[in-house]
Amino acid sequence: MITLDGLSKVFPAPGGGDPVVALDGIDLHLEPGRVHGIVGRSGAGKSTLIRCLTGLEKPSTGRVEVDGTDVAALDGAALRAARRNIGMVFQHANLLDSRTAAQNIAHPLEIAGVPRAQRQQRVAELVELVGLTGREDNYPAQLSGGQIQRVGIARGLAAEPKVLLCDEPTSALDGSTTRQILGLIADLRERLGITVVIITHEMGVVREVCDTVTLLQDGTITQSGDLLDVAADPHGPLSAELIPLPPAPTGIEALVVNCDYGNSERFRTTDDLIRLAETYEAEATLVAGTIETIGGCQVGRVQLALRNRSGQPISREGLTAFLTELEAAGVVATEVTA
Amino acid sequence: MIGTLQEWLSNPLLVRWEGGPWEATLVTLYMTVVTMALTVVLGLPLGVALYETDDSASPLVRKLNQVTGFVVNVLRSFPFFILIIALIPITSAITGRSTGPNAAMIALTIAAVPFAARLFELNLREIPAGKIEAVRMMGASRWQVIRQVLIPEALPGLIGSITTTTIAVIGYTAMAGSVNAGGLGQLAYNRGYTGYQTEMIVVTVVLLIAIVILVQLIGDRLSRAVDHRARTA
Ligand SMILES: Nc1ncnc2c1ncn2[C@@H]1O[C@H](COP(=O)(O)OP(=O)(O)OP(=O)(O)O)[C@@H](O)[C@H]1O
Ligand SMILES: [Mg+2]
Repeated sequence: MITLDGLSKVFPAPGGGDPVVALDGIDLHLEPGRVHGIVGRSGAGKSTLIRCLTGLEKPSTGRVEVDGTDVAALDGAALRAARRNIGMVFQHANLLDSRTAAQNIAHPLEIAGVPRAQRQQRVAELVELVGLTGREDNYPAQLSGGQIQRVGIARGLAAEPKVLLCDEPTSALDGSTTRQILGLIADLRERLGITVVIITHEMGVVREVCDTVTLLQDGTITQSGDLLDVAADPHGPLSAELIPLPPAPTGIEALVVNCDYGNSERFRTTDDLIRLAETYEAEATLVAGTIETIGGCQVGRVQLALRNRSGQPISREGLTAFLTELEAAGVVATEVTA
Repeated sequence: MIGTLQEWLSNPLLVRWEGGPWEATLVTLYMTVVTMALTVVLGLPLGVALYETDDSASPLVRKLNQVTGFVVNVLRSFPFFILIIALIPITSAITGRSTGPNAAMIALTIAAVPFAARLFELNLREIPAGKIEAVRMMGASRWQVIRQVLIPEALPGLIGSITTTTIAVIGYTAMAGSVNAGGLGQLAYNRGYTGYQTEMIVVTVVLLIAIVILVQLIGDRLSRAVDHRARTA
């Protein structure tokens, strides 16, 4: 659905100093009908990337293809027509204060020249779809942050775009509202089969709704792939953020090992690890950990305390053998030194 | 006090229609309304043009913006009294005479348009860039952005600017009175100042103040009526 080919964007420095390289040779392919997350620190180039997708920013070099059209090559009326295929949701919604919720939602249709009767019918559908029934005649100033973002999403969907681009759609919302909005996005993908791109700095958003995740760092992609693969790759830069490392437990009279699993055919749950420990005459207790179920698979970063039958820490040899067997099966296992 | 008021109200100079304060009020209102109609019709496009061309990609358009901005600044800093005298040859060429309300309105409009255009430009600048970008991303043309975003979003401020300009124009009409434009200003000057009728000065000043207060009141009401933004305390 979206293909970026060697995309670079260089901004001339305002004061005549070094130019800013916001994007540096981005190659990315985003499949249709899925929710794609793009994460990265502030200044990594996320917004610039999304602006290139809408033709609001012209790439310095490279190709930007959205739904088969080369957006970067378009101009004038052709670009405006292409933009109608792309819906956009913003952090602060950017609704017009002079329009009611319904009028804001109808705006893309108005611009596209859809007749009034048809517009009203579509707005009624959208109001229902995003759960705003009864609030359609309110002005943005009379709506809560969550309701405003629902209007923003409905507006983004109004012209039935194939792609919905969301730039930090939940960053201005509280936790429970964030969950509602993400639920709505997941539901829309399910019902409309739309391709969604979400830019965010919140890993919770990625864990909750994204199918794939791409990490942007200083204008380049440092990791990209299906959420499960990325989360389960303990050596990748994203896994520690998606599955955070628990703080090392203190005051435990035992050997503690850290195990990252999710990548292993043989060890699929924490229980599998505990069962293996038994074959080494050790009792493993889960003392800390983060476990996520992504697409039906468990990915975990857990810490196990190992003791022998008499409650003493297990032997060095036993530990080494245990760790080696885990490593051989694709679990990253290390001893935690307090 | 009451006695004086009654005395005034029966003063034939003040209640007489022809050449009296009521007729002069009507002339002042006439000049103000026509001038403001012209000012909105000419000043709003100029304000939009100043706003739109400010950061144009084309160097030619940017140059044009700078030249226009310069002309606007010069006209704005011109003292109105000097402007009206300087314009006498032009106004008499257009209206056939160098005095009277119609001649004054040309000078009034030339003074008010740049004043209003700058205020309109500032009103437009207050619209957050994100809102404009959001609508551009819907595939809106430049014209659609002007009609559907810039004007409606800035409307409360634009009405405020029209109010401010109207009040300035009322002040200018009074000044124009001293060069025979007619209206309250001329009445105060001819009969009050030159003719030693102090009552006339008092009455015209009171009437001018009343008009200004009324204009401000109506402007504030209108501006609030079209303002749907959240009120921040
Ligand atoms: N119009 C511009 N002119 C010059 N530099 C720019 C421009 N837009 C962005 N940049 C620079 O490009 C880099 C990437 O900016 P971008 O807005 O894409 O970051 P971001 O990842 O969206 O950050 P954030 O999470 O803070 O929104 C930054 O260094 C920024 O200063
Ligand atoms: Mg950004």
